This record gives sequence, C-alpha cells and structure tokens, in this order.
Amino acid sequence: MPEQALVVSGLQKRFGRNEVLKGIDLSLEPGSVTVLMGANGAGKSTLVKIICGYHSADGGTIELAGDNFAPKSAADAIAQGVVTVHQSIDDGVIPDLDVANNLMLDKLAEPGSGFFVREGRLRRDAQRIADSMGIDVDMKARVADLPVADRQMIAIARAMARKPQVLILDEPTSSLSATEANRLFALIDRLRDAGVSILYISHRMSDIRRIADRILCMRDGAISGVFEEQPLDYEAAVTAMLGHRMNEVDFSVENGATPVLALRSLQLNAGAQTINLTARSGEVVAVIGLLGSGKSRLAEVIYGITPAAGGEMLIDGESYQPRSVKEAVSRGVFMTPKDRGANAVVPAFDITNNMGLPFLSGFSVASFLSGRRMRTRVREMNHQLGVVCQSETDGIGTLSGGNQQKVMIARWLMEPCRVLLLDEPFQGVDIGARRDIGRHIRASAEGRATLVFMAEIDEAIEIADRIVVMNEGAIKGEHINEDIEIAALIADISGTHAGNGATVAGQTQ
Amino acid sequence: MNDRLLDFAIKYGFLILLFGLIVFFSLATNGFSSPRSAVFVLQSVAITGILALGVTCTLVVDGFDLSIGAVATSALMLSAYSMVILEQSAFVAVVLCLLMGAVVGLVNGLLIVRFRVPDLLATLGIMFLLIGLQRIPTQGNSIATGMSLGNGVVAEGTFSKAFLWIGRHRFDLFIERLLPMPVVIFLVIAVLIWLFLGFTRHGRMMYAIGSNERASALVGASVNRYKIAAYMISGVTASIGGILLAARLGRGDIASGNNLLLDSVAAALIGFAVLGAARPNAFGTAIGALFVGILLQGMTMMNAPYYTQDFVKGAVLVAALVFTFYLSSRRSGARR
Repeated sequence: MPEQALVVSGLQKRFGRNEVLKGIDLSLEPGSVTVLMGANGAGKSTLVKIICGYHSADGGTIELAGDNFAPKSAADAIAQGVVTVHQSIDDGVIPDLDVANNLMLDKLAEPGSGFFVREGRLRRDAQRIADSMGIDVDMKARVADLPVADRQMIAIARAMARKPQVLILDEPTSSLSATEANRLFALIDRLRDAGVSILYISHRMSDIRRIADRILCMRDGAISGVFEEQPLDYEAAVTAMLGHRMNEVDFSVENGATPVLALRSLQLNAGAQTINLTARSGEVVAVIGLLGSGKSRLAEVIYGITPAAGGEMLIDGESYQPRSVKEAVSRGVFMTPKDRGANAVVPAFDITNNMGLPFLSGFSVASFLSGRRMRTRVREMNHQLGVVCQSETDGIGTLSGGNQQKVMIARWLMEPCRVLLLDEPFQGVDIGARRDIGRHIRASAEGRATLVFMAEIDEAIEIADRIVVMNEGAIKGEHINEDIEIAALIADISGTHAGNGATVAGQTQ
Repeated sequence: MNDRLLDFAIKYGFLILLFGLIVFFSLATNGFSSPRSAVFVLQSVAITGILALGVTCTLVVDGFDLSIGAVATSALMLSAYSMVILEQSAFVAVVLCLLMGAVVGLVNGLLIVRFRVPDLLATLGIMFLLIGLQRIPTQGNSIATGMSLGNGVVAEGTFSKAFLWIGRHRFDLFIERLLPMPVVIFLVIAVLIWLFLGFTRHGRMMYAIGSNERASALVGASVNRYKIAAYMISGVTASIGGILLAARLGRGDIASGNNLLLDSVAAALIGFAVLGAARPNAFGTAIGALFVGILLQGMTMMNAPYYTQDFVKGAVLVAALVFTFYLSSRRSGARR
C-alpha cells in the first residue's frame, strides 16, 4: 500500500452557532482519484476551503506526505503542493491574456524573473507545458475567446505547472458538454498515472462512474460513507449522500382531481428526451434529481425564463407558451427561485416591500402605494408562516436564513395561483423553518398544482404526494408517496439499472 | 447608548449641519437671513437641482448618467438655434428641447440595456458626442440675434418674450417680484420626483431593480423598460435645465454650463447622507443642492474668493460620502 498523500483527521469547523464540519477523517492516496459527494450544505466546500487555505480549522489536523499541514493562506497551500481548481473557471485564468501568458503566469509573477518579458522563450516554455498535458490549443489565442473546456484545461495545466502532490477539482464539469468532459477525463487519467493524488468533487453520476477509484460521501458535516471496493457501489453511495431515514409521513396523500399543468413531449434542450407530466389540482409534486439532472431547467422553462426546445405545455387545457416571466405570472404561474440571495431577496428593502414586490399593483391606486394595506397583509402572512421578526418593517437583512426564505415563499402565497413552482425551497434553511414552510405549502395547496424541485429524498418525502425523478433531462420514474420503495427511488436518481453499474465500474479498473 | 448616538448622527447629522450653517451665516454676515437672500440661494441651485433630480432616477436603478450636462447645454443651443436662426416660436423651441432630451435618454438606455455598454461608458460617449454636435450647426460660435451666417446674411430671429419669461419672470410672494420661475419649476419637479420615487409602485420597482436586478426580473418586472425610463427622465429633466439656462441668459452661449454635470452629480451624492438614507432619494438630492448653494452664498457674503468654491464643494462631497458609507457600514456591522 502506498504512503498516503494527504491525511485529514478529526477536522472541525463552525461558523457562529452553526457546526459545519463535525470531525472529518479522510485520506488521499497518490495516483488515485477520490470522488467527494455531498448534497448542498453537506460541508464539502468548507472542507475544500480549509484544505486549500481559505479558512482555518477549529480542530483536528491535516498531514501532507507525513508532515503537519496548516496553510495560512491560499498561496501558502499552493507553495506546499496542494492546488485547487475552483468551480468558477475564470478564477483560474486571466481572460484577457493569451494562452502562453496564462500558462506562464506564475513564472511571470515570480520575483527576480527579469524585468522584460522574453516572448519567444515564454511561448516555448508554455508550449512544453501544454504538450506534457496533451492540450492542443493555439498559444496566441486569447483565453476569453476559447471554449469553456479549453479554459478549464488551461486552469488545470497552470495548476499542474507547480507540480502539486494533491490536486482538488471542484465540480469541474458543471459547465462542460459531454465531449468536453471526456477531454478533461483524459487529462485526469494522465495526471493519475503521473502519481498525483486527486480529490474530485461532483455529484454527476456519469463523471463519477468514469473516473472514480474510490468514493467518499459527506452528509451534514460528517463522512457518511467510504466506498473503495471494486466494483464501486454507486447506489449505496447515493444513499449515503442523500440519506433516507424513514420519516413519519403525517398527511394523507392527495391524488388530485382535475389536471392543471400538463407537459406534453416537452424537450428541455434540442435533441433531448421528451418529458410528459401532469400536475393536478391540490397535489404537491416533488421533482427530484441530482445537480445537472435538468430539474432547475424544467422550472425555468415553465416559468418562461428559457424557452422549451420542443413540445407543448397546457394550463387548464389551454395552450401555455410563456415568452417572459411577466406572461407566466399573468397566467397564474408563480415561482420562488433557488439561491434566494442572488435571485429573490432585495437587500435594500424591508420585509413588507420584499414580500409585496410582485403584487405592488394590487396595493396601489393610480400607481400610488398604500403602505398600510400592504403592511396589514404582510403581517397576516408573517403570522401564518411564523416569520420571527420584531415588526414587518424590519430590514430583510436582519432575519435569519430560514425566516428570509419564509418571506420569499410567502411572497408568492399572497395571491392565489394555478401553478406554484418552488426551486430548492429548503436551501440554507434550518429544520424548524423547513417544517413551517412545508406545512404551509401543503395547507394552502388546494386549488393549484404545486411543483417542488429538490435534491434531498427526505425533504421530498416530507412534503410531496408524488415524487418524480429526473436524470439527464428526462423523467426516470414516478413514485406515489405511500410505502415508497427507497431502493427503487435511488436507482432512478443515480440512473443505475440492474447490471449497468457493474459494467461501467469494470471500465475504470 | 453609543449605538443610539450613532444612529442619531447618521439620521440627522447632515440636517443639523445645514441648520448650523444657516445660523452661523446669519450671525456672521449682514442680510443672509432675508427672503431675498433665500431666494437668491434657491435661484442659484435651481438648474443644477433639476439636473440632480434626473440623475437621482438613474442612480436609483443602479445606473449613472454622465451626459446630463451635455444634454443641458445642447438644449441651450437648440433653443437658441430654433428661435434665432430658424425663427420659430417659444413653444416650438421648448418642445424640440424636451424631445431632444427624451431621445438622448432613450439612446442612453438602449446602449445600456440592448448593447450592454456599461452605464458610465455609454453616457460618457454620448456626452462627448453631444458636446461636439452642438457646435457643428454654428461652426463653434455662440448664437445671438444679429450674428453673421455667412454670405452677408444676418440672423434675424430673436429670443421670444414668452421664452425669456420662463427664465426671468418673478412671482409676487409677500414681497413684490420675489419668486423666480426657475425656482418654482425646480420645486415642482422636486415634488414630482419625490412622489414618483417614494410613493408609487413604479418608483418602488425602480429601487428594487437597483438593489437586486435579477430578483426583480424574476417577479415579472420589465427591468429593461424601467432602466430606459430612468434615463429618459434624466434626459428630459436635463433638457428642462438647459431651457431655463437659455431663458436666463437670452443667448446661445457656447461656453456656459460647464460646471452643470459635476455640481448636479455632487448634489445627488450628497443626498445619500440626508436622513441616513444611504441610497439615492429625491428629498436628499434637493437638500444636497441647497446645502451647496447655502454654503457658497454664505462664503460669498463673507468675502471668500470665488476660486475657493470648487474646493469647498469637493470637501462637502467627500465628507458626505464618508458619512454615508463609513457610518452606515459601522452601523450594520454593529448590529450583526
């Protein structure tokens, strides 16, 4: 057994009262690819940020090739041989410079490397690095003009020019197409053969099947599963990542009566598989799937943000082809988007104005707003959802994440609608607020179709009458939320079917 | 206790400072605290104030309009050109100027939302373009009745009485011929913009767009239209400022209006500090314009030389910005 490249033991980190990492133990071997899986909020990014020197740990130790490793800054971590390529590619490249300059950037930044740039030598050195990585791009091309995959390769090549012992890739394929991703995998294979220890963060099952030597799962700030025996058990890994303690489902499942929203042969992207789905009045449908499964895309299509590539949508039997969000709202389709900080919260406003934002015309006469009417209505909604605040005129920034989310959900519950879309409504929300929101969504579900887009099985079981599973832009299965068979559900999510897992695993050996 | 003092300072500090200045100048000089002097201050800030109110609207949607000064001088030249050389009526001149302002605002807005040019750069470009454009029809000369048009032809048109009335008429208020027309127009526009931004749903939506554009789009707001509207308001108010300037001067003076842009932007930014708003607002902008006017008037009456004026304006602006951003960041930091 080879010596471990990186050993993490008992790593702890808390932000305020929030315990993000609860004692992480893991080790990385040289010349192997370890995949780290975990849902949003599991603590993956915090772990990575500690290893690459952005945060310091509150407890526990890290050893790099047997020596104690406690980077004081990102530059320190790199100098010691731990290099990270972050999700946002443009962190790793300088778009306005050409490829050669990007590859040689660290040389240029080195003190004592001379005042004048020697273009010819720079280009030759850069070409050598590119060749060693198997990258075939024009050294004189401006990086901003290159496709995403090439930019990604250059970011990685730049990282590799420092000859690291450990390379961390944070969701590197999230913006790549399938062919582009294949080039990346070829590069990763090459690095693995060169003895680099790679930590690869992703939840794309296709990536994981292609490159994983072993899998680590994180959940709620702890390692929830380690899988290293070949063939790798992908379904068990997904289970460990998502968890599925059986919850008491304390509501009776509604089958729904009249269809409200119907999707017929809907295509999210040109050439993609078609989606057929009907959501009925009074019913709560959970659409679950991993990141990149197309569930957010589906929400965007229904809400008129992006047009569908094909097929049709019907609301109450009438054709529905929204060209804008405004049109969707006027047809009674409301949505709370995911990532409320970027997409929903207006930081300059108080609770009242944040909540009333879509319906200002209802609170105004000849465009003049009636502040009192709006505050009264918002006070009612605050009461219904249990928003904890001093008054409805508190700034939105003074609320906790869970309470902010309640306000964002209440925003779209103020008026009746035909279809309510909730994209990751429980993101960054504590369990108490999650229960409050879930209860209220169910209580108010009468008279509309509700679609909730999420990744966690637990949350879906807590709220939905019916669970629809998406994978690679298509619907892989449907489950009525009564005596649900978790194994089948997980098989749908991970896209594995009998026999399939073993053959794919065979390729990586 | 300390927090409460800080809150109080942020909220009322600037108004108290303004009041203190008035008291100081009243005691230190003769005749500062008279209706005539008050009106003089108002008159001196009316035009920059109007421009500042327009630029406030663009600041609200998280934009910026650098072209307002150039729009105002273009309106000045356009009104002179249409009356003196084209021999049109005052009505035609005013309508032409307002249209020009609206069109420039539309072009600014389209450059920003359609062609994705950053706001500062788009309006900077338009500023240059207008400064050049307004000189072309007269080969760079100022416009006045009797000017030579070449080939021995002389401009016959005059500034009409009605047009000059807009800039020079004074209403009776307690004292005969006290309140000048530009001051009345400034106050009316201030009230209108104040009502629009503070109390209408359209104004509220503009603030929402300025604070989180993506969230506003996702509740169904037509973000691009609101932004274009903001630049059009800014263009129209700037052209009103130019009309008033032309009516006061009575000639198309190519060199006037140089300071308009900086003074009005300063007033709008000083406005951030008023009542601790920490964001653009019409009331603050009007107070900001008044603040600069009062300070300059008082200093003039105390015989401070004219060339110290810009320095004082700059100092006030920097103080107001520190006040707004540093103190409010400390306040929000303390709460967390």
